[in-house]
Amino acid sequence: MTRTLTHLERLEAEAIHIMREVVSELEKPVMLYSVGKDSAVMLHLARKAFYPSPPPFPLLHVDTTWKFQEMYKLRDRMAQESGMELLVYRNQEAMDRGVNPFDHGPLHTDMWKTEGLKQALDKYGFDVAFGGARRDEEKSRAKERIFSFRTATHGWDPKNQRPELWNLYNTRKAKSESIRVFPISNWTELDIWQYIHLNDIPIVPLYFSAKRPTYVHDGQLFMADDIERLEKVMGKRPEITERSIRFRTLGCFPLTGAVESDAKTLPEVIQEMLLTTTSERQGRVIDKDGGDASMEKKKQEGYF
Amino acid sequence: MSDTDTIYKADALIAHDIDAYLDTHQHKSLLRFITCGSVDDGKSTLIGRLLYDSKMIFEDQLEALQADSKRVGTQGQEIDFALLVDGLAAEREQGITIDVAYRFFATEKRKFIVADCPGHEQYTRNMFTGASTADLAIMMIDARKGVLVQTRRHSYLCNLIGIKNIVLAVNKMDLVDYSQQVFDEIVADYTAFAHEIGIKSFTAMPISGFKGDNITTLSENTPWFTGQPLIEHLESVELDLTTDQTKPFRLPVQWVNRPNLDFRGFSGLISSGSVKPGDAVRVLPSGKTSTVTKIVTLDDQLDEAVAGQSVTICFADEVDCSRGNVIAVADAPPEVSDQFEATIVWMDDDPLHVGRAYWLKLGTQTVSVTVQQPKYTVNVNTMEHLAAKTLELNAIGVAELATDKPIVFEPYALSRTLGGFILIDKITNRTVGAGMLHFSLRRAQNVHWQATDIGREEHAGLKNQKARVLWFTGLSGSGKSTIANEVEKSLNLMNRHTFLLDGDNVRHGLNKDLGFTEADRIENIRRVGEVAKLMADAGLIVLTAFISPFRVERDMVRAMLPDAEFIEIFVDTPLEVAEARDVKGLYKKARAGALKNFTGIDSPYEPPLNPEIRVNTLEMTATEAAEYIVRQIMPLK
Repeated sequence: MTRTLTHLERLEAEAIHIMREVVSELEKPVMLYSVGKDSAVMLHLARKAFYPSPPPFPLLHVDTTWKFQEMYKLRDRMAQESGMELLVYRNQEAMDRGVNPFDHGPLHTDMWKTEGLKQALDKYGFDVAFGGARRDEEKSRAKERIFSFRTATHGWDPKNQRPELWNLYNTRKAKSESIRVFPISNWTELDIWQYIHLNDIPIVPLYFSAKRPTYVHDGQLFMADDIERLEKVMGKRPEITERSIRFRTLGCFPLTGAVESDAKTLPEVIQEMLLTTTSERQGRVIDKDGGDASMEKKKQEGYF
Repeated sequence: MSDTDTIYKADALIAHDIDAYLDTHQHKSLLRFITCGSVDDGKSTLIGRLLYDSKMIFEDQLEALQADSKRVGTQGQEIDFALLVDGLAAEREQGITIDVAYRFFATEKRKFIVADCPGHEQYTRNMFTGASTADLAIMMIDARKGVLVQTRRHSYLCNLIGIKNIVLAVNKMDLVDYSQQVFDEIVADYTAFAHEIGIKSFTAMPISGFKGDNITTLSENTPWFTGQPLIEHLESVELDLTTDQTKPFRLPVQWVNRPNLDFRGFSGLISSGSVKPGDAVRVLPSGKTSTVTKIVTLDDQLDEAVAGQSVTICFADEVDCSRGNVIAVADAPPEVSDQFEATIVWMDDDPLHVGRAYWLKLGTQTVSVTVQQPKYTVNVNTMEHLAAKTLELNAIGVAELATDKPIVFEPYALSRTLGGFILIDKITNRTVGAGMLHFSLRRAQNVHWQATDIGREEHAGLKNQKARVLWFTGLSGSGKSTIANEVEKSLNLMNRHTFLLDGDNVRHGLNKDLGFTEADRIENIRRVGEVAKLMADAGLIVLTAFISPFRVERDMVRAMLPDAEFIEIFVDTPLEVAEARDVKGLYKKARAGALKNFTGIDSPYEPPLNPEIRVNTLEMTATEAAEYIVRQIMPLK
C-alpha cells in the first residue's frame, strides 16, 4: 500500500538526511542558533535526526548583546533541554568599541554578526556550520546550494558553485575552507510556522501579541526592551507608549520593527502572516543598505 | 486577472477558519518541477507569473519590482517578472540566468518548489542540478521560434536524468495570434523528436506567461485547446515518490546511532519500498540477514515507514552494519559489483582523465574509481554517437568504470539513489561529473580472485627480505635512473633480490603503444604500477624510475600496495639544473617545439607533498644519494 507523504514530511526527511550526512562526513560541525523561529525548527530537526542520541554537535550563538531579553531566556532553556553544549560568542572588538545600532549603522551588523561569526568559527575550528537560512527569504538565497562552500576568509563565490545533484552532497574540501549547510533551504515561512504548530515547538513569546512598551524611530515601531540602555545610547529617553505588538522576525531589538497585532495564538499568527501584504524581512533593516544585491554582497564578505 | 480567484480562493478560508485552512495545507503533497528551454523563451517570466497569480509576491516586493522593471526591465513599462527570479547581481546586469533559483508557491491542492534553470549551454551543470530533484519538467518553447537546439538538449537531459512527466509549454501564443496551426506544428515537430530520444509521453499546452493564458484557467483566446490549464495539470500528476514505494525496500545506511550499550540503530533515508517491525532484511554487501525489531523516532515508534522518510531502525541480532551498507528486503536484495557501464555528464573545465582515480559517491558509499576511455559521446543536438578520447565540459558520454572495492547498486532506471553517482576530483575536491549506472559488467561477476596457497609472505620469506616498491619520481634529467641504478647495485651486493623498472626501457615493450599525452602518461603509470605490484607480490624489492609527474597517479600506485610497502623517493633537482644537464638533449628539442608535452616545459610536474625520502642532487652526488636512500630503507627484513 502506498501513501503520499505530505510536503512537511518530505521537507523534514530531507533536512534530517542532510544533518546526518554532515555528521557522518565532516569533522567538526556546529549549529548556529539565533533563537528565532527558524532556529527553533532547526534544533527540533536535529533532535529528531539523532534520537535517542543527543545531537552530536554544539549550538553556537553569535551574540550582539542587543537581543531581546526573552531570547536569552529561551536560548538557555533550550540548550539545557536538548542536552547540547551552548557556546556564546561576542566580538571583543565590538564590545570594546561599544558598537551599537544607533551610532554605527551597518557597521553594527558587520562587526557583531559577520565578523563575530567568522571569529567564532576560526576560534573553535569548526569546519562546517548549520544555518537556518531559507531560499524563500531573499533573491540571492534562492540561488544558494544547500552545501555552500566558503573560502579560508569565509567568502562566497556565487558564480562558481558546485553542482549539487539528487541528494548526493560532495562534502570534500581543502583544510582551510569551511562549509555552511542549510538543511531548511526548501522550507517557506508558512512551513516553518506550521511545523512549529504541529510539533508544539517552544518559541520566543515575542512572536505572539501582548501589551509591550514601544517607541517610534525613523517611522518604524520598536519595542523598548531595555529602556535604560536605549537612553544611554540614544542620548535621550524615547517616548514610550504601550501598544499591542508582536514580531514577525527577531533580531537586535533596536533593529527589529514590531507590528501592531492581536494575534495571540499560533493559528492567529499564521492567519495574520498569510493575509499580510509585506514580505518578512521588511521588518529587518539589514537588507536595505546597498540596494538590490545587498545580501549577496554580505554573503560574499562572509555573512551567513 | 479575475480568474485567479477561483484557484486561490484560499484567502476566504484563511480569514474565516484558519484551523480548517491549516488542516488542508498540512495535508498537501509536494511537487518539485523545473522550467527549461532556450534563452528568452520566457521561463523566468512564467515563474514570476505563477508567483504573482498565487499571491506569493508581497506589496513591498511588487513596488520594488515595478521600479526595477522601469529601470532595467526588458518589457517596456510593463512588469518584468523575470526580475523576480534572477537574483544574482551578474544575472540582473546581463539579463540572463546563470544558476538555478528555487521558488515556492502553493495552491489549494499542492505545494510547489520550482527550479528555474539556466538556458545557456555553459551553465548546463546548473540546469542538471535543478533537474536532478524534479518530478516534472516544463519545456518552454517560443511559439514564434519552434523547437530549437536548446529545447532538444534540455529534453534529452531531462529524459536522461529520469524525469517522467514532461510538459511542453508553447509560450508567447499572444504573439502568434493564438494560432492553432502554429501550436499543432510545434507539437508534431516535438513529438517526432521526443520519440527519437525515448520520451514516451508528454503533455502539450498553448500558453502566454506574460498575458496569463491557460495558466490558471482555460483561456478564451484558445477555444480550440481542450486540455487542462497548467496549474491544474501540476496539481494532479502522479509523484515519483509514490511510485518508489511499490519497489523493494532499500535503506542506505548514513549513520549508526549508538547512544549507549543498550541501543544500536541504523539511520538513513528510505530510498524505495516500505518497512515494518518483523520484516526480514539483508545487509549488503555482506549479505547477513536479520529482523527489524522497531522503527524509532523522537515522537514514538512507527508501525511502518515508507520511501522518502528518514528513519532509524533496530535489528534483532548484532549484525555488522555501518555507513555505506544498504539494508534491503531479505529476498530481493540489490546487486554488488565493482565494474559498470554508465552514462556520465562531465561538469568540470578540466576534462576527464582516463585511468585517473576519482572519488565516486553513490548513496552513502564513497569509493575510488577509474573511468575508461568513453565508448562514445552523444551529440545532443543530432543524437549522433561520436568517438571520443575523453569527456570535456558539458559532454555526455557512455563509459566503463571500475571501483576499487565492490559497491551496492541498482540500475539508475530502477533507483535514482542506488544508480546515480557523482565524481569528485581528489585534489581540487570539485564535483567534476555526474553519472547514471546502466548495469554491472559481466566480467566483474565472472572473474574472481583465484586463491593461491603460496602468497606474498612466502615469496618474500624465501628471499629473506620484505617486499618494497622504491618509487623514484622527478623531472627528466634529475638523476632518477642513475641513482636507482646505484641503489640496486648496493642492494645486490647485500644479497637482496631486486628489479629495476626503467621508464625508457618499459616504453620499448610493455608500453610501446603509449605516447606522451596526459591520458597516455596516466595509463603508462597505471601499467607500471600493476607490474610493480606483481613483482612485490613475488617478494622482490622493486625500483622504478619514472618522471610520473602527477600526484594522483603516484597515490594510485601507493593505494595498490600494503601500508609502508610503497616508498616515494623525490629526486629533487630544480628545472634549470636538469635542463642545463640535458643528458639526452630532450630539453633542447622541447624548447625548440620539436617535442610536445614535455614535463617541466609544456606539461606540469606536481612534486610530492610528503615523500618518504627526498634527495637533493645539488648537495649530494649520485653515489651519496644512493647510500643515503639505502640507509633510510634499512632494515629490509
